[in-house]
Amino acid sequence: MTTLAAGATLRHAAWILRGNPLTAVAAAGALILCLVAAFSPWLVPYDPVASDVSVALQPPSAAHWAGTDQLGRDLLSRIVAATRLDLAIALSAVLLSFAVGAVIGAVCGYAGGRLDRVVGRVVDVLMAFPLFVLAMALVAALGNRVENIVVATAIINLPFYVRFARAEVNVRREAGYVEAARAGGEGHLAVVLKFLLPNVLPAMAVQISLNLGWAILNAAGLSFIGLGVRPPTPEWGILVAEGARFITTGKWWLVAFPGLALMLAVLCFNLLGDGLRDILDPRMRT
Amino acid sequence: MIHASPPAPPLLSIEDLRVAFATRAGTVEALRGVSLAVAPGESLGLVGESGSGKSVTAFAAARLLDRAGRITGGRIRFRGQDVTRLSAADLRDAQGSAQGSAIGMIFQNPRAALNPIRPVGLQLADVLRANGHSRAAARDKALAALEAVRIRDAARRLDAYPHELSGGMCQRVMIALALAAEPALLIADEPTTGLDVTTQKTVMDLVARLTAERGMALILITHDLGLAAQYCSRIAVMEAGRLVEEGAPGALFSSPRHPYTARLVAASPTPTSTLADLTPGAPPPPAPARPNPPAGTPALLEVQGIGKRYGDAAAVEDVSFAMREGESLGLVGESGSGKSTLSRLICRLIDPSAGEILFEGGSIGAIPARDFHRSPLRRAIQIVFQDPDGSLNPRFSAFDSIAHPVRRLTELRGEALRRRVIESAGRAGLGADLLGRFPHQLSGGQKARVGIARAVAVRPRLLVLDEPTAALDVSVQAGVLRLLDDLRREDGLAFLFVSHDLNVVRMMCERTVVLQAGRVVEAGDSRDLFQAPRTAYTRELLAAIPHFRPGAAREPAEPVA
Repeated sequence: MTTLAAGATLRHAAWILRGNPLTAVAAAGALILCLVAAFSPWLVPYDPVASDVSVALQPPSAAHWAGTDQLGRDLLSRIVAATRLDLAIALSAVLLSFAVGAVIGAVCGYAGGRLDRVVGRVVDVLMAFPLFVLAMALVAALGNRVENIVVATAIINLPFYVRFARAEVNVRREAGYVEAARAGGEGHLAVVLKFLLPNVLPAMAVQISLNLGWAILNAAGLSFIGLGVRPPTPEWGILVAEGARFITTGKWWLVAFPGLALMLAVLCFNLLGDGLRDILDPRMRT
Repeated sequence: MIHASPPAPPLLSIEDLRVAFATRAGTVEALRGVSLAVAPGESLGLVGESGSGKSVTAFAAARLLDRAGRITGGRIRFRGQDVTRLSAADLRDAQGSAQGSAIGMIFQNPRAALNPIRPVGLQLADVLRANGHSRAAARDKALAALEAVRIRDAARRLDAYPHELSGGMCQRVMIALALAAEPALLIADEPTTGLDVTTQKTVMDLVARLTAERGMALILITHDLGLAAQYCSRIAVMEAGRLVEEGAPGALFSSPRHPYTARLVAASPTPTSTLADLTPGAPPPPAPARPNPPAGTPALLEVQGIGKRYGDAAAVEDVSFAMREGESLGLVGESGSGKSTLSRLICRLIDPSAGEILFEGGSIGAIPARDFHRSPLRRAIQIVFQDPDGSLNPRFSAFDSIAHPVRRLTELRGEALRRRVIESAGRAGLGADLLGRFPHQLSGGQKARVGIARAVAVRPRLLVLDEPTAALDVSVQAGVLRLLDDLRREDGLAFLFVSHDLNVVRMMCERTVVLQAGRVVEAGDSRDLFQAPRTAYTRELLAAIPHFRPGAAREPAEPVA
């Protein structure tokens, strides 16, 4: 019976993906990115931090597909090695804000009243800041470390999850099954955690995918301006920042390839998120 | 084939119409050869249960099928012209220009059918201008249209948004919209579902009067046989995409020829039917297991001067009544009468602002609702909810839904728990094979049974039933009512039966309390109350129920005074 159910789920997924080929491509791209991140130490053709000035600043060639940088490090190896760090930062930041935001939002949406109003205003204030500037300030204040990039990215993403969970729970708080759960002996908190959150999570998963692309961009952006990850650690934002110094002398590959990796990653997660949203709620399709 | 031209050519004629819908599971045939005709000025009732294809027939005729639906066979003629392959716009161009628009429609949920961000006057004016009126004339015409549907203070309502109007008023605006283009045929798809009986009566009287005045034909789609019998001169019964029988309401309902019509008629509650009438062939009800309580025993439930305020508005005010063990008490009233609030107060899901609730003499109103789930009496008071869809957790299987309160409120675990769940499901008429299914895999009636099984699984003493059959088809309703009555007799369970359907309450309950605007207006023995209501409000409620008496001729709808 379980194999039957699994088969049905797979068929269902296949049916949906046939109608959304772009989503299938994005899902494949996201999967490849994750695999690259997981196996990057075994995939890189050269040591990403080993310099060899004899081959510095070489354009793309058969030996170095993406060229080399000013210290003769293989750019492709550095881009591949950076995948792991960038995805890890983005994923942990988004999961952190998802977990915290979902609980805060769900409790506010269910309880309503003064708590809801206070948290709502705090979230409004948070959103009123230019978010990137807020992230810069947070990293500068907390200290220039990878963990702090994660925390800063999580905090600036928090308002979206709080609002989303609040709205989704708010429309369900009067649902019959919520009252039935209370008549069945559950207290308010248990109703939120055991009945409402599980019903809200699938819709929020879409937000995770949309936010992932954004969080990658945010982490890279912080590194680009010199906050967070520092050279020589390979990271997309740093690669772009270092390459930017050579762009006036025609060394285009130093910026183009890390930039391309960044763009493709953001595009994949955004398209995947859009596709997931379409699948979960076809009415949102434009 | 050559037809001699008939004396009155039908306005709309449908011949052997077949419609199929493309779904993930393949093609589903919604209509399997439906033929019917509507003469100019005639009123046809299209009745049947959900999924019978009555709405699809009307939508196909109005060219409003959604993209998944396709006409696979048959013909639709309007004023003799074949319109089967025309789009809605082509139909308007072909039929509308000279003689007003062809077909107007009123939908089930008027609030959803109106644009929420546009004043109703402008929405009316839009339709009028699309039909060739100038901008200046459109406003005057819109005002006249609102006055025609008897909206009080129409000049002011022109600037109102839909959310500022009541459900009944929204439906009147919808009627005004549908009639603005002066169609030759008005299709009303369940126009009064969700409206109170008294509102239903005024809306339907209005539709009957306006269509008669303007010589318009009417197709009334409804699941309510009484409504169809009262407002239509001819009725067509549909089942599973086929038209099984048609005729004048009197003859059709007094001597139905098709077994499906007979079943439908039998299952529809009337002012005189009993539970046994609704489910012919069922075994007689078990003898009541109610022990005669010794004198001096406190009432099972006593409500004293209870009230609930939300801000300045009182939802329930100074309500008092008592219930004996094993008694069934009906709570009736229109929307906004406070009956749902009252049922939640008694279930201790919300806290009263005033008054006292006693259960077997002990006060339970003093325990805050947020802590009542820890009270030993939580088990004793259970509730069955109205909407079978919304009352089941979409992520729980039927088994989990029923098992949840058993796990929380009893000591049963493992095999004993499983046995209790299966037993309760069985008593609610659910086979063990259905227990692994999730709500979206169950029918409406099955979901209602899961809700009932869940409530009785912990062996409560008092069961609050909040419109338990409002969303069900009549034949399913008959089975569920019978089941509830049997459960009550077997377990000596007391029922607080909340409903807007007076016929159902009369059958199910020994005593009835009538609520209006949060207050009790009348209470007493059901038989007396329904036969000789003492208050004007109860009389008005009873008079508004659409009824059909098998054998009685059609009574023409009285014009609105």
